[in-house]
Amino acid sequence: MAETLPPPRLLPSGDSAVTVEFSRTIDDAANERVLALDKALATASIEGISETIPTYRSLLVHYDPGRIGFDALGEKLLAIAGQPLPPTTKARRWRIPVAYGGEHGIDLEDVAKALNTTPDDIVARHVGGDYRVAMIGFTPGWSYLSGLDKSLHMSRRQSPRLFTPAGTISIGGIQAGIQCLAAPSGWHLLGRTPVRTYQLHRNPTFLTEPGDRVTFFAIDHKTFEELDRAAEAGEIIAERADA
Amino acid sequence: MSRLVVASIGPASSVQDGGRHGAQRYGLTVSGAMDRLALAAANTLVGNDPSAAAVEIGPFGATFTARDGAVRVAIAGAPRNVDVAGKPVALDTSVTLKDGETLTLGFARGGAFTYLAIEGAIKGEPVFGSLAVNARAGLGSPYPRPLQAGDEFTVDAASGAPELRIELPKPVSGPIRVVMGPQDDEFDDANKALFLSSEWKISATSDRMGYRLEGPAIQHLHGHNIVSDGTVNGSIQVPGNGAPIVLMMDRGTSGGYPKIATVITADVGRLAQTSAGTAFRFKAVTMAEAQDEARKFAQLIKSLPDRLRSSDTVELNIEVLSDANVAGHAVNAMDAGTWQVTAEP
Repeated sequence: MAETLPPPRLLPSGDSAVTVEFSRTIDDAANERVLALDKALATASIEGISETIPTYRSLLVHYDPGRIGFDALGEKLLAIAGQPLPPTTKARRWRIPVAYGGEHGIDLEDVAKALNTTPDDIVARHVGGDYRVAMIGFTPGWSYLSGLDKSLHMSRRQSPRLFTPAGTISIGGIQAGIQCLAAPSGWHLLGRTPVRTYQLHRNPTFLTEPGDRVTFFAIDHKTFEELDRAAEAGEIIAERADA
Repeated sequence: MSRLVVASIGPASSVQDGGRHGAQRYGLTVSGAMDRLALAAANTLVGNDPSAAAVEIGPFGATFTARDGAVRVAIAGAPRNVDVAGKPVALDTSVTLKDGETLTLGFARGGAFTYLAIEGAIKGEPVFGSLAVNARAGLGSPYPRPLQAGDEFTVDAASGAPELRIELPKPVSGPIRVVMGPQDDEFDDANKALFLSSEWKISATSDRMGYRLEGPAIQHLHGHNIVSDGTVNGSIQVPGNGAPIVLMMDRGTSGGYPKIATVITADVGRLAQTSAGTAFRFKAVTMAEAQDEARKFAQLIKSLPDRLRSSDTVELNIEVLSDANVAGHAVNAMDAGTWQVTAEP
């Protein structure tokens, strides 16, 4: 894997953060390297690093310039990133229930029309996917997934919606997503999950981690209501497929 | 315990502190005070930790009333008229409200955010070590939303400590300094030069999430989509319409537009205090200079307790305050000195 990727680049992100970039495109191999570097840094205890943020293709490293300078840190980061790194721990597998279509997935019919097929077929293709949490970002718990069926790749909406509901399950470009909180979005809304990937007073607060695997299964809208109440009460209703 | 009651308050006012760190990897926004130096100065005046929770008051006015006892507070940040029970109070000083007295803050002049720190600090339930309000995520304490009239804080009774003022160094003026990147290679030399040579204004649609800039359109070299990556406070992203947005404290933790440059740590608060419509420029500095300034900025915050002085030495009178504070003198946030309205001894 390390052999097929060019060496990472250091991109300054102001005076207190640096981006270690492995790829400019969405690429599971690069994402593996990002997560492996993230894990390596967690144990390397480099003076001055305060927080790391893994994304699809890069690791953003926040640091205190009062404790380490850009050049010294960059040297250490490249030295670790250039080594063959052990893969991250065995991924957890989540099965996430989704109520597709209707009020919960207002774009399902339009997506089906645009792809010359039926809503049921879109659901079958979405449920058939084996996804990977490539990154979490934008708002708490918003999980960006790679692994969307190629036949579902489609451009984002011309004009983003200012409001999409909590729990929205959507696709945009070559990505799939699980959205936790209500937020603006230009993606196509296929359904809604009662699963909270982020819930403040629950342990754990955050359900998914980058590197986790995800599959979806369809539930009817009545089941959605029941599971939603259980989730609101703090129950974890996503199923572990690897436990 | 005493209470400090919000009698009236404009929009864009909330409880803020040094921010929520450690969960950006899960999409949890940092938030925290827009002007960290002003927050630290106000807190230091009443003996709090420099990043303790305080009230961040937006450009509009506000009034607060002490109840069930006296409350000691301090005010720093964007200049505005301040009085307690009709008696003028200078910025960068502490003041004690007697039971029933009202503190009145007028509209900000030449800035945006003023900080009201309370002796003993605002109490609440921290999430990831912070009380900072992030309204979008419903986070913050004691109120996870912008403040409203009728809100109140349960606070320590005033200690009766002598009132203090704080001597802040003359504010830096001149262009807002940036380090180029992380995606400056998504722009050609002409567009980078345009970014650095143009006069910019902050749009009135700006908020704690981002400052939208008005000026020439910056063209991308390869289109405006990049694969989303991490952002920092002060990231300057350029969306499809070419109008840069400086990401501020309530920014999303990742973004999908190329970031041409990043405001240096020492200047983020200064940009935050630039009022809508005020013209300013950017200037690129080297990483060495930016990091040197970041270290100096951290040192300045550390030095604040050494900058405390007795306020007895200041003869506050209406002329002194008017000289520093009066409307009619155009106040420019970029103009050195206008932030510091405390009378000199």
